[in-house]
Amino acid sequence: MNDLWIILIGALVACSCSIVGCFLVLRKMSMIGDAISHSVLPGIVLAFLFSGGSRDSLFMMLGAAALGLITVFLIQMFKNSGVQSDASIGVVFTALFAAGVVLVSLFTRQVDLDLDCVLYGEIAYAPWDTFEIGGKGLGPKAVWGVGSSLLLNMIVIGLFYKQFKLCSFDPALAAALGIPVALFHYLLMGLVSVSTVASFESVGAILVVGMIIVPAATSYLLTEKLSTMIVISMLIGIICSVVGYYVAYLFDASIAGSMITVAGVIFIMVFLFSPTHGIIMKKWRRMKMA
Amino acid sequence: MNWLEIFQDPNTQWILLGTMLLGLSSGVIGSFAYLRKQSLMGDALAHAALPGVCIAFMVTGTKSIFFFLIGAIIAGIIATFMIGFITRNSRIKQDSALGIILTVFFGFGIMLLTQIQHSDTGNQSGLDKFLFGQAASMVQSDVYTMTIISIILVALSIMFFKEFKLLSFDPGFAKGIGLPTLILDQFIMLLIVTAVVVGIQAVGVVLMAALLITPAVAARYWTERLHIMVILSGVFGALSGFTGTIISTMANNLPTGPLVVLSATVIFLFSVVFAPRRGVIAKSLLQFTARKNYNKLYTTQKVKEKSL
Repeated sequence: MNDLWIILIGALVACSCSIVGCFLVLRKMSMIGDAISHSVLPGIVLAFLFSGGSRDSLFMMLGAAALGLITVFLIQMFKNSGVQSDASIGVVFTALFAAGVVLVSLFTRQVDLDLDCVLYGEIAYAPWDTFEIGGKGLGPKAVWGVGSSLLLNMIVIGLFYKQFKLCSFDPALAAALGIPVALFHYLLMGLVSVSTVASFESVGAILVVGMIIVPAATSYLLTEKLSTMIVISMLIGIICSVVGYYVAYLFDASIAGSMITVAGVIFIMVFLFSPTHGIIMKKWRRMKMA
Repeated sequence: MNWLEIFQDPNTQWILLGTMLLGLSSGVIGSFAYLRKQSLMGDALAHAALPGVCIAFMVTGTKSIFFFLIGAIIAGIIATFMIGFITRNSRIKQDSALGIILTVFFGFGIMLLTQIQHSDTGNQSGLDKFLFGQAASMVQSDVYTMTIISIILVALSIMFFKEFKLLSFDPGFAKGIGLPTLILDQFIMLLIVTAVVVGIQAVGVVLMAALLITPAVAARYWTERLHIMVILSGVFGALSGFTGTIISTMANNLPTGPLVVLSATVIFLFSVVFAPRRGVIAKSLLQFTARKNYNKLYTTQKVKEKSL
């Protein structure tokens, strides 16, 4: 049963991350995912401290989501004041992460947050942290948390699909048509923060960042259509979670690490053999032409 | 504990020297990375070093900084090569390529790390300290290694200053006059990787990136000349290493790495506000005087009458 739960959690994380990941990859903002996943740490710690150490997931999620938005805002602010975009990402997230680590060590006796666990996560323990109402077990908390963030992503992206699409491909046209581009930018960033945070505690930042970037970039090499790209990236994410689990089982290694390694292997395969964009296929076509 | 006592403690002296040298060398190299728009490369390489370190440990079975360095440098070279290859040969942009390599290498490294931890190879404890770093655990020999490597890094940056300068500002021209740009490109990467690997032990993977980025960005605010920027960036790095270590020694129980990074951030924020010409205050002053002059020049009675 636990195997199933872990695979399910992995698949849910992969789906919810890769939906927003597709937009990030298209908008050349992949590293924002990395930045947010690190900089939410102080938000989580502060929320934890203010809520009196209740480990209430909702409260932590709010704190972290707020920090995620602050991160994006700060990055944008420094960028506008003339710092290169990648450097401003780097400055902001490392500073916030450092603040988070200091906070954790300041309140290390009160905070029951394991830094290692936060960063590279132990999805293997997630099934035991169950959600109960009236003494009735309703499955692991992580399933509910990540599942609801997936649902949120699907609803928001589904409702404003057209707007998000236009903002990603042609923000100038979108602005000219009267779509509030900045609003959708921050809405997308809000979704990224929420999905990051929802998956954060149970599976670790590294799996989240990987699932935001790698499946989306892989499916970017397979299709020319945004809707297809999202579907393919979700499928790739699910495959990674299933195969990754058994790879981890086989080698007795970290599950999150294995899932990402599998995603990397899939990426390499697609990079080489994709019918439209794979380099070997491109070479082959060129040879046939000549 | 008073100030004198801190400086007299030999252990603190070593750590202080180590973090300052680390800040200095990464600040110097970081300014080239910043100008070449490769700031996040440090972050990616810091993560990508993990599988190299793990494999080095698996092969040699010892925790020697020298072997780790070699493993990490090999991993870093493979990573930079792959990032370049993906960007050149597909429609994936550099940021995504960076992200892919970063997460996949790090994920693979964690897989190896857990594998090492679960198998009983014995003396593996502390390998995970490389993720977060522990400046307090540095011993004399580590500092010796760091000193030598930092000096080599700074010396190489001085020796190749002209080439790096050209490569940072006009790579096309550099290629045109016959400089081996591809080799120089890899050479800068090698320097970044070396700085990162040396730093990982002191401040950890995630925060090492900050030492490469933040002092350089802060230095960029103060000057328009490369050599001043490089020197300033090195000084800022050394200063943040110094302050971070002092604070962490005085306040017990606080890790050195994050404090070094926070000190660098404070320097950065100070630069953002107070720097001449580029800083917030200078800019708003300029705007204010421009507005005033504008009012004086163009809104006099005469102009108003004319426009009527």
